[in-house]
Amino acid sequence: MTVTTRKDWASDQEVKWCPGCGDYSILAAVQLLMPEFGIERSNTVFISGIGCAARFPYYMNTYGVHSIHGRAPTFATGLALTRPDLDIWVVSGDGDALSIGGNHLIHALRRNVNIKILLFNNQIYGLTKGQYSPTSEIGKVTKSSPFGSILSPFNPISLALGAEATFVARSHDMDRNHMMEMMRRAHDHKGSALVEIYQNCNVFNDGAFNEITSKDKRADNLINLLDNEKIIFGQNNDKCVAYDRENGVKIADVSSVGEDEIVVYNSKLDNPALAFAISRLASGPYSPTPVGVFRDVQKSEYGEALRAQSQDAVDKKGRGTLEGLLGSLPTWTVD
Amino acid sequence: MTVKNETLDRIVIRFAGDSGDGMQLTGDRFTESSALFGNDLSTFPNFPAEIRAPAGTIAGVSAFQVHIADHDILTPGDAPNVLVAMNPAALKANVGDLDQDGMLIVNSDSFDERSLNKAGYSSNPLTDDSLKNYRVYEIPMTTLTLEATKETGAKPRDAERSKNFFALGLITWMFNRPFEDTFEWIKKKFANREIVLESNLVAYKAGHAFGETAELFGSSYTVGPAHFTKGTYTNITGNHATALGIVAAGLLSDMEVLLGTYPITPASDILHELSKLRHYNVKTFQAEDEIAGVGAALGASYGGSLGVTTTSGPGVDLKSETVGLAVSLELPLLVIDVQRAGPSTGLPTKTEQGDLLLAMYGRHGESPVPIVAALTPSDCFNAAIEAARIAIKYRTPVILLTDGYLANGSEPWLLPDTSKLEKIDPNFKTEPNHVNSDGTGSFYPYIRDPKTLIRDMAIPGTPGLEHRIGGLEKANEIGSVSYDSLNHELMVTLRNKKIEGIQDDIPLAEVDDPSSDTDILLLGWGSTYGAIAAGARRLRALDKKVAHLQLRHLNPFPKNLEEILSTYETVIVPEINLGQLSKLIAAKYLVSVQSFTKVQGVPFKAAEIERYVLNMIKEN
Ligand SMILES: Cc1ncc(C[n+]2csc(CCOP(=O)(O)OP(=O)(O)O)c2C)c(N)n1
Ligand code: SF4
Ligand SMILES: [Mg+2]
Repeated sequence: MTVTTRKDWASDQEVKWCPGCGDYSILAAVQLLMPEFGIERSNTVFISGIGCAARFPYYMNTYGVHSIHGRAPTFATGLALTRPDLDIWVVSGDGDALSIGGNHLIHALRRNVNIKILLFNNQIYGLTKGQYSPTSEIGKVTKSSPFGSILSPFNPISLALGAEATFVARSHDMDRNHMMEMMRRAHDHKGSALVEIYQNCNVFNDGAFNEITSKDKRADNLINLLDNEKIIFGQNNDKCVAYDRENGVKIADVSSVGEDEIVVYNSKLDNPALAFAISRLASGPYSPTPVGVFRDVQKSEYGEALRAQSQDAVDKKGRGTLEGLLGSLPTWTVD
Repeated sequence: MTVKNETLDRIVIRFAGDSGDGMQLTGDRFTESSALFGNDLSTFPNFPAEIRAPAGTIAGVSAFQVHIADHDILTPGDAPNVLVAMNPAALKANVGDLDQDGMLIVNSDSFDERSLNKAGYSSNPLTDDSLKNYRVYEIPMTTLTLEATKETGAKPRDAERSKNFFALGLITWMFNRPFEDTFEWIKKKFANREIVLESNLVAYKAGHAFGETAELFGSSYTVGPAHFTKGTYTNITGNHATALGIVAAGLLSDMEVLLGTYPITPASDILHELSKLRHYNVKTFQAEDEIAGVGAALGASYGGSLGVTTTSGPGVDLKSETVGLAVSLELPLLVIDVQRAGPSTGLPTKTEQGDLLLAMYGRHGESPVPIVAALTPSDCFNAAIEAARIAIKYRTPVILLTDGYLANGSEPWLLPDTSKLEKIDPNFKTEPNHVNSDGTGSFYPYIRDPKTLIRDMAIPGTPGLEHRIGGLEKANEIGSVSYDSLNHELMVTLRNKKIEGIQDDIPLAEVDDPSSDTDILLLGWGSTYGAIAAGARRLRALDKKVAHLQLRHLNPFPKNLEEILSTYETVIVPEINLGQLSKLIAAKYLVSVQSFTKVQGVPFKAAEIERYVLNMIKEN
C-alpha cells in the first residue's frame, strides 16, 4: 500500500482545456481517486487517442501516451496483454471512441481485456472546433450540419452492452462523488470497463446536459441505478421504472403501478436484456436518464486466458530455447 | 526389359492440377523426400486466390514447381523438364512453360469432352499433334487409382481423390526417391482418417509399381546428392523462417514477443507458425483489423516487449499512421510486409516487389523508417533478426520486406550455430537522466546518445521515471509538447539523422565480381537474388563478365554503395515492379541506371536476366 496524495498524481504541465470545460472536473475526480487505490504512480498508465479529452495523459503524473485518433484501445490492449502488472486507463472522446475508433471500442469490450475506458461524451467534436459527433442529437446545428443533423445518435451504453461488455457505467461531470464511485467500480472490475461520462463542452455544445445534470433538475431527470434497490426517482420519489409488456421497462408514476412491478435493479445479471432495456429509457439527455452501473459481470479476462495458454504450453513443453527452436525442425545431416 | 537408370545433374518438375487435386501437398512431399535424399533444391508454389475456383477451369489451376540438383542452385528453375498435368486446364495453363522436348505426364482419364471444353480446348491436344515436341505419357491415373483402392472400402468419389498419390508414387519411382520415406509420411499424416489413409497408401504404391512394371518409361532418373557444407539442414519456406527469426529475436533480446496482426495472404502463415510457439515467450494476437494489430504491437513495445506486426500491401496501407506514431514516439516496432501484387487487392497469391517506395515514403511528414529485405526463403530468418535488432536498438519502426515468392518458396537451410547469434540489448533506463533545479532527479525521454542519437527509453513500472510521450511534436530532450518552429526542425533533423546513422551499424555491401574486370553491375534487392545470381552465372559461363550486388539494407543504404556505383559504367537494376529501386538510386546518387522490370506476378527467370544483358552487350 503506497500512500500518495492528489498532488502526487498531478503532472507539472499546465492544463490547457478551455476555462469552464467539464474535462477539468473529470481530471480532478481521477486525481482524487488515485490515492485511494494505494498503488504506485509508476504502475499506472493513461493512454489516449486524439481530441480535447485525449490531452488527459499529459496532466497525470504517471506513465502516459497520447497516441492517434481512435486507436488508444489497440495500444492499451497490446500493453495489457504483455504487462498485467500495470493499471491501464484509456481516455477517449465521443468522436475518438465511437466514430473513428468504433471498431476498436467494441472489440476491446468484447475481448474483456483489462483496460478501463473513460469516454468523455460531450456530443460534439471539440478539438476540431464543433462538428456533430456520433452522439449528437437529430436536429443539431453545427458547422458541418448548418441545417441540423439528420442522423440518429449512438447510445454508448446500448452499444457497449451489444458488444458483450462486462462492465458498463454512466456518470456526469457535475457529480464528482458519483464519477469517483463509477471509476472505483471500473477499477475493481476484472476485464474491460466502459465509463461514459457526460461532459460539458462549454465552447461548442454548452449546456447539452443541463436538463438532467443541473442541480435543480437532477432529482427529476437522473435515474440512479443501485443494485438490489427499486428504481425510484423524482423530487418526491414519485417516479419509478416499472416492467412493461412491450418495451421491457417504462417510466411510470409509483402510484400507478403495483409494488412488484417496480424494477429492482441488478447489474450482475448474466443476461444483458434488462440493462439494455434500461439504457433505452432516455432518447437523449433531456428526459429521465439512467446513470450508475448498468452491468458488472465476471467473465474470463482475455490477457489472463492468453497467459494461461502460454503457461500451459510451458508446462507441457518446457520454456523454449533457441537450440530447442531449431532442434524441433525435421532435419538431415551432412558430414 | 530392365529399365535403365540415367543420372542427371538437375531436373525441374512441375505438378499441376485442379485446386482440389492436392498438387501443393504432392509437391511439398516430393520436395521433402528430395531434401532428405540430399539434393539442393528450390521450390515455387503458384496457386490461385480462390480456395476452389470452378473445377476444371484455367482459373482453378494450382501448380508446384521444384528444382532439384546435385550442385548448388539458386532458383526454382526457369522451365520445367517434367510437367505432371492432372487435367486439360492444368495442361493448357502450363505446357507453354515446358522445356523443349520436355516430358509430359498426363492423367488421360480427365481428357473427356466436357473437361476439354472447360479448359477451352477445341480439339483434344492428346490426339491433335499439338504436343508432338514433347515426350508425352498418357496414363489413366483415375482408373488405375480406382482399381487399386477397390478393396479399401472408400467410395469411388473419395477414392478418386487419391490420384495425386498415384502421381506421387510414379514420380517417386521415376526419380529414384526412397519409397519408404513417403510411405511412412502418409501413414503419419492421415493417421486419424483410416479410409483416406488406406486409399492414399495403395494409390501411392500403385503409382510406384506402375512406373516399375508398365514398361512405358525407358528409364528412371537419379539426381545425386549435392555437396553441401557439413552441418544440419532443414527445408524451409520464407514465412516459416520469418516466424523463427521473430522468435529468435525475442530470445536474443530476452524480450517477450507480441505479434499483433490480421490475416492476409501471403502473410498469414507467419501468424499460424507463431501461434504454435507459445512456450517461446511469444504471444499472438489476431486483432479486429490491421490498425489494431499494429497498435497492439506498438503498445507492447511501449511496455518493453518486442512488438511485431505481419501483413501484406493492403495492410501496410492501413498501418501507416501507426508506423508514423512509432517514428514520432521513437519506439521499437517490427513491421513485416510480405509483398504481393497490387495495387488494391491485386493478385493476392502472386509475388511482387511493389512496396519499396511505400515502405520508404508511405507516411505523412518527414517519417524515415529503416528497411531490410530478405534475399532467399531461409534468409528470412536472418533478415528478421537484423530488422528486430535495428528496431530494438534504435527505438524505431523497421519494415522488413519479403514477398509471396520467398514466403511460399522453400530451400535447404544450414541451421546456424545458435551460440554465435548476437544478443540484442534493449538498454532500458532505470535511473533518472536529468537533475532538476531542486536537486531531485527526473526522466527526460528524448535525451539522446550523442553519437547514435538513440533516445533514452524507460518502460512503465520503472519507479521515479514516470513521463508522458505522444504524437505531438516534443521539446528536444524534455519530451513535453512543443509547438516551437525551430524545435520542430531540430527534432525532424535528429530523427532523420538517427536513421541515416544506422549506416555505421550495418555491413558494407559486397559485390560478387569474380573477374574484377567488368563495367556491368547487376544491382538487385531482396528476393530477386536467386534469379540475378543464376543469370550472372550463365553469363559468366558464356565468358561475359558481370558483377552482381544484392541489397538487403534499403534504408539506409550501405555506406560504400556510392563508391561501388561509381566503379561500374553500366548499372542494371532488375526489379519485380516498375523501377522503384532505380528511382531511389538515381535520386540519391545522381547516377543513371538501367531499369529492367517485370510485373507479372512471378519471379524473374535466370534466362531473362541473361538475355537482357546479352542484348544490351550486342546493342553497344
Ligand atoms: C486520423 C485523424 N483524423 C482526423 C483528425 C482530426 N480530429 C482530431 S480530434 C477529432 C474529433 C475529436 O472529437 P472527440 O473525440 O469527441 O473529442 P473532444 O475533442 O470532443 O474531446 C478529429 C476529427 C485526426 N487528428 N486524426
Ligand atoms: S473545446 Fe470544448 S471540450 Fe474542448 S477544451 Fe474547450 S470546452 Fe473543453
Ligand atoms: Mg467530443
